[in-house]
Amino acid sequence: MTSRRLLLTLLVVVTGALVLAPIASADLWSPESGGSPNADDIDWLYKFVFAVAIIVFVGVEGVLLYSVFKFKARKGAVAAQIRGNTRLEIGWTVGAAVILVILATLTFVKLDDIRNPPDSGPDGLQLADTSRRLPPNGKSLNICVNGQQYIWRYTYADDCRTGKNLGAPFAYEEMVVPVNTTVTLDIGSQDVAHSWWIPKLGGKFDAIPGYTNHTWFKVPGKFGLKPGGTVFFGQCAELCGRNHANMTARVRAVSVDEYQRWLEQRKTDIKAAEEAAAAERKKLDSSTTQTP
Amino acid sequence: MAATVEAPTTTVAPLPQVVAHRVEPAPTGWTSWVTTTDHKRIGIMYLVLTFGFFILGGVEALLIRLQLAVPNNDLLTPQTYNELFTMHGTTMIFLFVVPVMAGFGNYFVPLMIGARDMAFPKLNALSFWLLAAGGLVFYASIFFSPPECGWTCYSPLSDTDYLPSGGVDAWIFLIHLTGLSSLVGAINFYATIANMRAPGMGWGRLPLFVWAILTYAVLLILALPVIAAAVTLLLTDRHFGTHFYDPTNGGSPLLWQHLFWFFGHPEVYIMVLPGFGIISEVLPVFARKPIFGYKAIAAATLVIAFLGLLVWAHHMFTTPSPSLVLIFFMMSSFLIAVPTGVKIFNWIATLWRGTIEYTTSLLFAVGFIGTFLIGGITGIFVAVFPVDWQLHDTYFIVAHFHYVLMGGAVFAIFAGLYYWFPKMSGRMLGEGLGKTSFWLMLIGFHTTFLVQHSAGMEGMPRRIYEYSDIQDLAILNLISTIGAFILGLGILVTAINVLVSLKKGPIAGPDPWKGNTLEWFTTSPPPVNNFDAVPRIRSVEPMKDIRRQVLAQTGGNVDPSSPTPVEAGRLAAHGGDEH
Repeated sequence: MTSRRLLLTLLVVVTGALVLAPIASADLWSPESGGSPNADDIDWLYKFVFAVAIIVFVGVEGVLLYSVFKFKARKGAVAAQIRGNTRLEIGWTVGAAVILVILATLTFVKLDDIRNPPDSGPDGLQLADTSRRLPPNGKSLNICVNGQQYIWRYTYADDCRTGKNLGAPFAYEEMVVPVNTTVTLDIGSQDVAHSWWIPKLGGKFDAIPGYTNHTWFKVPGKFGLKPGGTVFFGQCAELCGRNHANMTARVRAVSVDEYQRWLEQRKTDIKAAEEAAAAERKKLDSSTTQTP
Repeated sequence: MAATVEAPTTTVAPLPQVVAHRVEPAPTGWTSWVTTTDHKRIGIMYLVLTFGFFILGGVEALLIRLQLAVPNNDLLTPQTYNELFTMHGTTMIFLFVVPVMAGFGNYFVPLMIGARDMAFPKLNALSFWLLAAGGLVFYASIFFSPPECGWTCYSPLSDTDYLPSGGVDAWIFLIHLTGLSSLVGAINFYATIANMRAPGMGWGRLPLFVWAILTYAVLLILALPVIAAAVTLLLTDRHFGTHFYDPTNGGSPLLWQHLFWFFGHPEVYIMVLPGFGIISEVLPVFARKPIFGYKAIAAATLVIAFLGLLVWAHHMFTTPSPSLVLIFFMMSSFLIAVPTGVKIFNWIATLWRGTIEYTTSLLFAVGFIGTFLIGGITGIFVAVFPVDWQLHDTYFIVAHFHYVLMGGAVFAIFAGLYYWFPKMSGRMLGEGLGKTSFWLMLIGFHTTFLVQHSAGMEGMPRRIYEYSDIQDLAILNLISTIGAFILGLGILVTAINVLVSLKKGPIAGPDPWKGNTLEWFTTSPPPVNNFDAVPRIRSVEPMKDIRRQVLAQTGGNVDPSSPTPVEAGRLAAHGGDEH
């Protein structure tokens, strides 16, 4: 008896510790959010499912534990020979179905906000009307995300088809974006399957060679207030080889001015690098022709 | 009631008892095992082999957890780490959970339906040896280069461009060999259950475990040809110049994912449905109550199997897919929660107002319900596809499927082991060690996997060999690793229990638990031919009928010092001496 009590106490303590430890910390109970409206919507949807789940969990586990303790074999106790109850069966089948209908309805209600990007804010980056992408006003900052073992490449172009984005500014690993601006991503891969995921900016989307996947995010203005902006971390979420763990990604959200300065700097840098490379190539060519 | 129906005249009907006089001495020596076609010996070989693989897979899991115990650990190289989780997943699925159910099925399906063997005993032996060959081919790769593409081996990573070594080929041959093994076995189960049931055992009197094995067999027959085709295409892509999965030559990596999961999701139900069957047998015996809603549970098994074939793309919510596809697979995944919920409610209702005996087997069964419920609930989270976009391929998913497969299927397997070990060995397992093992496993399991939900939501993807010390990942992973070792210790205690009890366990007798089904109507272990006389089946609990008949005919006047009729039959078969 005492050993059983000891075990139960141990069980309660361990469960208690496991439940309480996460409470002390920040956001252990739900997905990351805060960087983009779609991430917030997913978080909200998750929390609703979680609330329903807790009710079901407590109810079912409660009845289970109650029956196990209450109906323990005792002297003189006789088991009731019940073989079933059709009404009860129909009741809990319908009950389970109703809960699922509620969850499905709610998902449909939230779906549009999660899937479809909104317009950029009035103080976001002012874009020319060239993008044919998803926001209602047809304007977004489009970035081509290309997964490769084991780094992400970002090309700032409206058309992501190979050959159509030559000369467009690009970056590796860290993506710089303006706040308050709807950013749409065309996600692809050039070797194996990868998965684009910045938890605070919404869900993950697989980068599969031969396919283009789409998602979006829109970072609220407050994240661009301080110089240097705010960095959101993420990493590849689909096994892509030995260094899958090292295929990290960062999104740095900055003010619109800073973004424009960064983009200009980037263009200049790339141009300078290309010129330097061309000069180097020329030197190499001439040196090889001189000494055949 | 049965006695009066059976004996309308004044002559007393013969007492049902175990008679096994036509038994030849069982052959001994290792050759008798290698050449056997006896379903019980094949069942035991299945169980021993698969538990061996379970231990191997467990050691791999502990190495994985050691590597993840602290951030930025360099205990293992990325290559070794990838090989380990590939071996772990493949071993647990193809070499443990699926075939261990075939092991229990082999031993107990013929006994439970009153048959003397499987329909095709030689095919049955072939099933086992194909499984052994599959395991051998796969594990031989550790001497060369094991596969490192995960148990899902997604293309293009599994193509020769990225993984040229033979490990992936070893994995393909494992799929083929174990697949053939299961396919042959499934046909055998189906034929046996359809044709060899005891007189009077209609479909409405089939034990629920046998219903589960029947459904398991049908699912295997439907799902396995698909994965066999898929890995054959992968093999020809790798070595014979085809481009089924190669996007640069008109192929499609998504084709692999669809084919794989068209098999892969039914595979989940192939793994848990027999576990459900074990739970449905164990609970009524130890609650001393009939199963609540027999028909509902049997029907739910069939509905789960049917819906299980229609949910595969919920593993692919993050791939480029149209909204309609996402919505369809969300709804079908929701639907499958209904029959699963029905089962859980029926099991709890079986315990309700019973007189529950806290045997180790019962504890594992209750632990199963409590744990599996969590796996089912987190399954709803990931069925909501926008939520899955956050949770997919993270440690949340790792936790979810371990709640289903470890807390679900493995706890059920342990309930079955403690329940049936006396029948298979003739000796009882130690209850003290058994309960210690149960509590260690329960506490270890939840310590390992509960915190992984949080790790996943904080941004930790699965299959990464190292992680940075950001957010709470360090402490969460440390807790998880400690839990894994507690869990491992719990499994070790059961292993010791089995080894000790084989020699020293108390003699079980034919029916130590007062069981409901026919396997308890023969000696422990049963003779080669199982039964000389098979009683007529009048209900889903034939042993209750038999006990009632014995009581009615003897008027309860059985001298406690002399053996009961059932006991006497056992003594007659073995000449009174016990091993």
